[in-house]
Amino acid sequence: MQRRPEVVPIVNAVREFVPAGGVPTAGDGLPPIDDPRFAISPGTRSGRLRRSWLDTFDWRLFRAGLILEYRLTRAGHGELLLTDRDGDPVAAETLTGAAAAVPRRPFLPGALPLGPVRERLMSVTTIRAMLPVATAASTLTEHRAVNTDDKTIARIVVERMTVLPAPKPGATIPGAPKPGAATDSAATDGAPAPGTSDRIAIIPLRGYQAQADRFAELVEQAPGFGPAAHSAFETALAAAGRRPGDYTSKINVELAGDLPAAHALAAILGRLFEVALANRDGTIADIDTEFLHDLRVSVRRTRSVLKIARSALPPSLTERYRPEFKWLGDLTTPTRDLDVFLLTYPSMADGLIGANADELEPFRDYLRQQRTTAHRRLVRGLRSARFARLAEDWQRDLARLASSSRHRPVTGPYAAARIARTHRDVLRTGAAVTEGSAPAALHELRKRCKELRYALEVFASLHEPAQHWRAVNELKTLQDVLGEFQDTEVQRARLRGFAAQMIGQGVPATALLAMGEIGAQLAVRQQAARAEFAGRFAAFSSPQGQARITALTGAAR
Amino acid sequence: MRILAAYNIKGGVGKTSTAVNIAYLAARDGYRVLLWDLDPQGAASFLFRVRPRVKGGGKALVTGRRPVDDAIKATDFDNLDLLPADFTYRNLDLHLDDQRKPMTRLRNLLRPLGDEYDLVVLDCPPSISLLSESVLHAADLLLVPLIPTTLSMRTLDQLTGFIAGFTGRRPRVLAFWSMFDRRKRLHREIAAELPAQGTEVAATAIPALSAIERMSLQRAPITASAPRGQAARYYRDLWAEARSRAGLPDPPAGPPAGLAPAN
Repeated sequence: MQRRPEVVPIVNAVREFVPAGGVPTAGDGLPPIDDPRFAISPGTRSGRLRRSWLDTFDWRLFRAGLILEYRLTRAGHGELLLTDRDGDPVAAETLTGAAAAVPRRPFLPGALPLGPVRERLMSVTTIRAMLPVATAASTLTEHRAVNTDDKTIARIVVERMTVLPAPKPGATIPGAPKPGAATDSAATDGAPAPGTSDRIAIIPLRGYQAQADRFAELVEQAPGFGPAAHSAFETALAAAGRRPGDYTSKINVELAGDLPAAHALAAILGRLFEVALANRDGTIADIDTEFLHDLRVSVRRTRSVLKIARSALPPSLTERYRPEFKWLGDLTTPTRDLDVFLLTYPSMADGLIGANADELEPFRDYLRQQRTTAHRRLVRGLRSARFARLAEDWQRDLARLASSSRHRPVTGPYAAARIARTHRDVLRTGAAVTEGSAPAALHELRKRCKELRYALEVFASLHEPAQHWRAVNELKTLQDVLGEFQDTEVQRARLRGFAAQMIGQGVPATALLAMGEIGAQLAVRQQAARAEFAGRFAAFSSPQGQARITALTGAAR
Repeated sequence: MRILAAYNIKGGVGKTSTAVNIAYLAARDGYRVLLWDLDPQGAASFLFRVRPRVKGGGKALVTGRRPVDDAIKATDFDNLDLLPADFTYRNLDLHLDDQRKPMTRLRNLLRPLGDEYDLVVLDCPPSISLLSESVLHAADLLLVPLIPTTLSMRTLDQLTGFIAGFTGRRPRVLAFWSMFDRRKRLHREIAAELPAQGTEVAATAIPALSAIERMSLQRAPITASAPRGQAARYYRDLWAEARSRAGLPDPPAGPPAGLAPAN
């Protein structure tokens, strides 16, 4: 079978209607039409449809103004439709055979066949996997709107959609409906199940737009019917208890300057742990690398808050939880380090000059093996009694903190003082770094910078957004170069460790030589970062650079 | 995109029946099909319940003032669209004559539809005219229904002789017996004689069946309204022959049929 060119057909304007309140209607779900120009020819075709709307965990498609729907009409036959938020087609792909099974599990767009959908998804979602955000089972009945010649002018598709329970991360989207199989209560017993809604689409036939529009106006005027205010996607999402963009890793806590700092910190720490927990299942299911990344960032931010704001927290709290969050952070490090290697592997292989990419393959195999082992350990940790106890106790203790009587200090001045303090730490540590300083000195500076960054971020709601953005941007420029320096330092050390282990496993010498080249690439990058550092720090510590941070400490409400 | 024309110089030989049924069967197989009803009488348009009217008439289409795809109407069948007839098509010859290259005009008009359709079926009016010439130059395959009479044979000879005179591309000609009656001796004799003359003749002969005549009452291709009937079987066989002669690739893998006929 040849493939049809992947062109999205230009379709006439489809109009959608719903019964009043979206509640399913009795009978065939059709509006009464009393007009001599038109008649409804009752349904001759029917079908079932499984619809899933997919997005990344952090809604990258929706944020880019896109909606992806996967439609399964029968086993081994699926369609991916990418539309804009108004439902206008952007790209479409028919998936048959083995490819039809791809979107039934979380998948990276690279797993799709070459085509416009894959191309568009890859540019938006990058390294994040696609997951179902809502899934529904529909029964469709097609009727025809005919004119006085008994010629069809529009197809009328009545869809009864039942939203299915949200699948857990990593779970499979339920399969295609089997013809005639009684899978949906809504479709079988006549009594609509909860989460069931009806929708009527008037699909004009080519060349009959004007007549179809007149017909649609009659439907609009029919008692008990009105234009669909929400798309099927919005309806399904709402029924599943979700809303677009309902996950973000941002610390979206609104703080007031006169709030007791302990209460503000309880809210911030609670939010950080919420993000960590939201990413736990995806990390365990190993859906994509960003679940672990977000989990890790959340833990790191928590540790920083526990450190920089310890004076506003009960000592018993910091004493108990700082070692616990260090444990949790350390638990995630080996897997993340290997993820970074694997994510940057293609560019490292591309950069080989002496060796060729094939010779480096044993290294990739080794990284994958190591990652499997590391991830298994990570999963054990995340499922351990220690983690469960940490989660339970931490949330309970934060709830207590939120209602504690610690009314001093108050958030505004406290935040300003903490930001000022961490800022001073950065300036002092940075000033001590010279051309001859050991890598450890730059590492220390990087840690201080992270503390300042987190201090800025957790108290962001206290500041004027533009001022906040300028401060963070100033700092970020410095952090980028320190990050590059330290990451390459760690990677070089890890690379040496890997090579030592691989020798014992009888890996070909060519692989080790290729790894030597990778080591050299890292060293070049590290040197470049080091060379760039002085200029960046000079800018950061200049009066203008400092003013960007101090503007916040003075402006804290 | 391939272009198939149901054509004969003579009228009343089954051109429209052939065009509508072949077009329907191709669409049912998954090809995206456009049927152009070039006959001002508009029989094919009538059969699909489409009003035989094109805004601006045939002149607007031929001159390019109105794009061809603007005038296309969907039929009630998936994958099958129709470019309706218009009474002004009777003057198409004159309009073609005003064009710079009238012979290739039809093919050039259809070329932009190549991305949208896999097959165009032309239902042609009887006659030999500038329009017919343009059709002959546009088509990849001519399906020529023949009633087994001596006069029919003469018109076929005229046609093949005419095409032989073309320089450059020529359509492939596939003749087939239409309104064939096996009980008539003359039909049997003529049918036996033709292949010897070197014209390609389909193995399928379409008999004279009342069901085919009744199509105009049903206003639908017989292959759609009575798919299990005898007439539909003959047309399916003819379509299989025409498809391979036209060099059509396998039908494209279309979108899955979400809707199936209700039981």
